[in-house]
Amino acid sequence: MQYFVQQLINGLTLGSIYGLIAIGYTMVYGIIGMINFAHGDIFMVGAFTALIVFLVLGALFYSVPVVIALLVMMIVAMLLTSLYNWTIEKVAYRPLRGSFRLAPLITAIGMSIALSNFVQVTQGPRNKPIPPMVSQVYNINGISVSLKQIIIVLVTAALLALFWYLVNRTSLGRAQRACEQDRKMAALLGIDVDRTISITFIMGAALAAVAGTLFLMYYGVIAFSDGFTPGVKAFTAAVLGGIGSLPGAVLGGLMIGFIESMWSAYFSIDYKDVAAFSILAIVLIFLPSGILGRPEVEKV
Amino acid sequence: MAVTVSPESDVVASPVQRGLKEGFYAGAISLGLFVLFIGLKTGQNISNELVVTTRWGLLAGVVVATAVGRFLYVAYGQPFMANQKIADVATGLLPGSVASRFFQVPWFIAAVIAAVLLFVFNNSLAGWVGAEPAGYLQFLRALAIIYVLASVIYYFRAFIHANFTKLGIAALVLYPILVVAVLSLNAWSIAGGLQGSLKWVDNFGIQILIYVMLAWGLNIVVGLAGLLDLGYVAFYALGAYAYALLATHFGLSFWILLPAAGAMAALWGVLLGFPVLRLRGDYLAIVTLAFGEIIRLVLINWREVTNGSAGISGIPKVSFFGLMSFNVSDSNYIAKVLHIAQSGAYYKIFLYYLILGLCLLTAFVTIRLRRLPVGRAWEALREDEIACRSLGINTTTTKLTAFATGAMFGGFAGSFFAARQGFVSPESFVFLESAIILAIVVLGGMGSLVGIAVAAMVMIGGTEALRELDFLKQIFGPDFTPELYRMLLFGMAMVIVMLWKPRGFVGSREPTAFLKERRAVSSSFTKEGHG
Repeated sequence: MQYFVQQLINGLTLGSIYGLIAIGYTMVYGIIGMINFAHGDIFMVGAFTALIVFLVLGALFYSVPVVIALLVMMIVAMLLTSLYNWTIEKVAYRPLRGSFRLAPLITAIGMSIALSNFVQVTQGPRNKPIPPMVSQVYNINGISVSLKQIIIVLVTAALLALFWYLVNRTSLGRAQRACEQDRKMAALLGIDVDRTISITFIMGAALAAVAGTLFLMYYGVIAFSDGFTPGVKAFTAAVLGGIGSLPGAVLGGLMIGFIESMWSAYFSIDYKDVAAFSILAIVLIFLPSGILGRPEVEKV
Repeated sequence: MAVTVSPESDVVASPVQRGLKEGFYAGAISLGLFVLFIGLKTGQNISNELVVTTRWGLLAGVVVATAVGRFLYVAYGQPFMANQKIADVATGLLPGSVASRFFQVPWFIAAVIAAVLLFVFNNSLAGWVGAEPAGYLQFLRALAIIYVLASVIYYFRAFIHANFTKLGIAALVLYPILVVAVLSLNAWSIAGGLQGSLKWVDNFGIQILIYVMLAWGLNIVVGLAGLLDLGYVAFYALGAYAYALLATHFGLSFWILLPAAGAMAALWGVLLGFPVLRLRGDYLAIVTLAFGEIIRLVLINWREVTNGSAGISGIPKVSFFGLMSFNVSDSNYIAKVLHIAQSGAYYKIFLYYLILGLCLLTAFVTIRLRRLPVGRAWEALREDEIACRSLGINTTTTKLTAFATGAMFGGFAGSFFAARQGFVSPESFVFLESAIILAIVVLGGMGSLVGIAVAAMVMIGGTEALRELDFLKQIFGPDFTPELYRMLLFGMAMVIVMLWKPRGFVGSREPTAFLKERRAVSSSFTKEGHG
């Protein structure tokens, strides 16, 4: 039982990170109907920005309290990563809006390749380890919970609450939901569609940057190629939960996190990704639009 | 309330003013994007800790370059292009295209003379002007040759356009012979020519043709049937491992295993097809992506069979239909049978013709299938699935045949790949490969075989050509490695080509069914399918 709860906590941590990235996928998909393949690399850029900020803080000040360091890393990463996603949307996706469906998918894949190789060229191909920032571990009834895990879950929960408020209670969120339902009609009613889409990309990137910072803090290492696997897992999570649905993205993220940690704990660690992908395929066979997705009704 | 109109806001900003503004914004944005990634560099110090070093000079250079580039484009580039259109409307003449100004007879003659002179005096150049300028002159020679070839193509463009397929096939058939001939002349020996041709036939010829074949195979699934497949590389991997395992363990010949690998890949195509039949669009895409990853992860982790990440080496070569072998130690080695000098180039040239044959087979089958009921059903499925079902087409078998046929060609290409490399490992079958193949299909203009071949040539040939840019070391110093920038440029090229031609290189389709006369249709009229 203790072992199971322990794995549950590990899965929750992992799932929180996936969920944060998955929201970026699902929001972009909901509003313009494209898979933003570069999102995984946006996450990596966020983690790398946090890493560089961490090193700069270390070089500039003798010692910085961990809380302040984390906050500064997170905020700078959110700002700069949003700038990346905003620029990418403007340069690579906007001119192709209204073109056929595969065109933005290809530019997204191109941007993903370009981003990861840009980081490789400018920062070098090696793994970048940082010294552990937070190392306290609490022991409750034989279950060890590290402070890192608590931070991850708390930050994710706080952000999700804020995000839920933004989407459901503000005019910005209403504009986003309107664009999701009918872009043309929203434009006729005076909503600046371009601006709303830009803000969606910025919000997705900011969440991915937070996920990147938390990932860096949790694992303590990042490399230019680390965007792909979490990106694909988060995309899987978004599809599993029903792409376009925000609670679905979080649910999917948590599910993928649980499947992964349980599979590595009880079966073999080698096949944890195989398990996650197989469960995705099985779920989609029975629920073709994901768990919380609305089935697509096609009018003839 | 009276509406006041301020007179200033009615004045349209001149292009230069707009350029200054836009240039400033572009500079500011690029400063924000690059300040951490170019301005600072993370590296390890002696005690293996990460430290940052600054590169402010480089950062300033990049930011200024972005700002100036944006300024020039907005202030002079855009008005120039707009003026061109206005001038055309005013005179009623077709635009004097940039190409007709670029390719002119005097320049052509000058380029021919320069190329011939530089070829003739190639070996004594270094003695006359020193090693470094000789390198530049060689680059100049390459430019002159490209210019001459481009001019010839330009002058015969109508003829080439009319007979593109025949000329293309002829050029592909003659390619190795021409390469060997030109290099033999250059080196004044056939052995030297054969040796020098290795790189051209292998890195450019075979490499590009493998991608042409894969893209044509994927085209059946994506371009014809409209099913978005992001895991095509799985079938490529299955074909490669089928040949590698069966050939190394049971010593079976390539000619038996080629159809076997194709059949196995097709079977897996059906197996994958079954569960995903009900899925549509992006759900299909993610499941195929997941399938590709599952195959790769199994190849990595099933160490007893696949030898894990270390891969399988020592895969036997293809024989010349069992008559002659390409192993020097065999008694029926090709050079011994034909009494010619030993060379590794024969095998490469043979492989070149083998993959060319496989490519042509793929193209032939695709063209024939399009005219059969099943091919028309694929295209109908792509255009409208519901209409297709209402007309009594069995969408299940239609989808499954598309998956199986596409997968079969992937399997063929895979077993060829294993035979050519002599080594397979899961490294070769990552998602990036699927993405590259899909990009080639889309950039070529989905469904157009010629467009796809051109796209493969441009994208794969272009990235291979970046390996050859050693002369850049003379400009940027010996530490500069153009290879590092290969994939960065590849990704950017994908974006730029897509923005420039959203419908791909060939934007029109030859219809399979037509009334009286075959007329090309713009591909904006065809759909991409929803899976």
